Amino acid sequence: MTYKKSWSEESRAGAVQGVPIAFGYMPVALTFGLIAATTGLTFIEAVMMSIVVFAGAAQYMALTMIALQSSAAEIVFSTFVVNLRHVLMSASIKERADHSSKTMRALYGFFLTDEVFAVASVKEAPIKAPYILGVGVVAYSSWVVFTGVGFYAGAILPDVMQESMGIALYALFIALLIPSVKSQGASVMVLAVLGGGFHLILQQWLSTGWAIMGATILAVCVYEGIDQMRRVSNDK
Amino acid sequence: MTSNMIWIIIGMGLVTYIPRILPLIVLHTETWPDVVRRMLARVPYAVLGALIFPGILFAYDAIWYGLIGGAVAILLASIGTPLIVVVGGAIVVLAGIQLMPTLF
Repeated sequence: MTYKKSWSEESRAGAVQGVPIAFGYMPVALTFGLIAATTGLTFIEAVMMSIVVFAGAAQYMALTMIALQSSAAEIVFSTFVVNLRHVLMSASIKERADHSSKTMRALYGFFLTDEVFAVASVKEAPIKAPYILGVGVVAYSSWVVFTGVGFYAGAILPDVMQESMGIALYALFIALLIPSVKSQGASVMVLAVLGGGFHLILQQWLSTGWAIMGATILAVCVYEGIDQMRRVSNDK
Repeated sequence: MTSNMIWIIIGMGLVTYIPRILPLIVLHTETWPDVVRRMLARVPYAVLGALIFPGILFAYDAIWYGLIGGAVAILLASIGTPLIVVVGGAIVVLAGIQLMPTLF
């Protein structure tokens, strides 16, 4: 198989898996566009933010802070804090991705939101760069386009549809988790339960970005601890 | 576009992009000890758990609403339906439940 052929196959496979994310982003981006309009951003500003930043939680937070007249420095720093968790995710992708050029990694790295990361990382290693790009570009297009649509028409979807779509991203995460539980067994379930459990605890004190990062680190460390203890007791 | 807004967008873009590419570009995880690499490989599942829970409970005003959506997704995913069907199915079921009172 030529490199070129596998490139287009991989990117197409990625694009297909990006469609559920595109669906999930739709209500989130529509709402972002709508709130951006009511916050006083221009159309260009709202769409540019989605084009340049591509980070849902951080963009929502920025709108709140802009409304509160926070300084640019405060907004940028908060964004940094919320998005720091991606260091962990990217390191995890690096570990599972097929080797590719630095430029390619710099390119697909742009698209690594929580959702793109989640879809890409449950694919069997080695994950190919065009696959990640395929997932990312489809998700990104939805994010940008529906930000623009939302700016002019928050109510483009019937209310009942808009409200029901709040489940979309959670359903996506569940759909990603279950096959891994089936193929790799209880360990995946234990990790996920630990992640969710620690998030529940940490959210009492931490904002979402920190809570997800903290919960992930704790879950992975506690799991490793349990695993090692089990191995020690098995050796006896 | 005001210059303040331009700085906000550029700044936000940079502090979002840098954490995403830093490990991909700078770090050489190949030389890291096995235990760290093993733990990194487990990150996706822990992240998924943290992304689903407890957020799904608070996706709607009523907790049971998210729980039903979650249950539908689990059911569809465990019988092996494609991603998009799991997502679409959860949306349709919740929309149906919301519409029900208006039908009677």
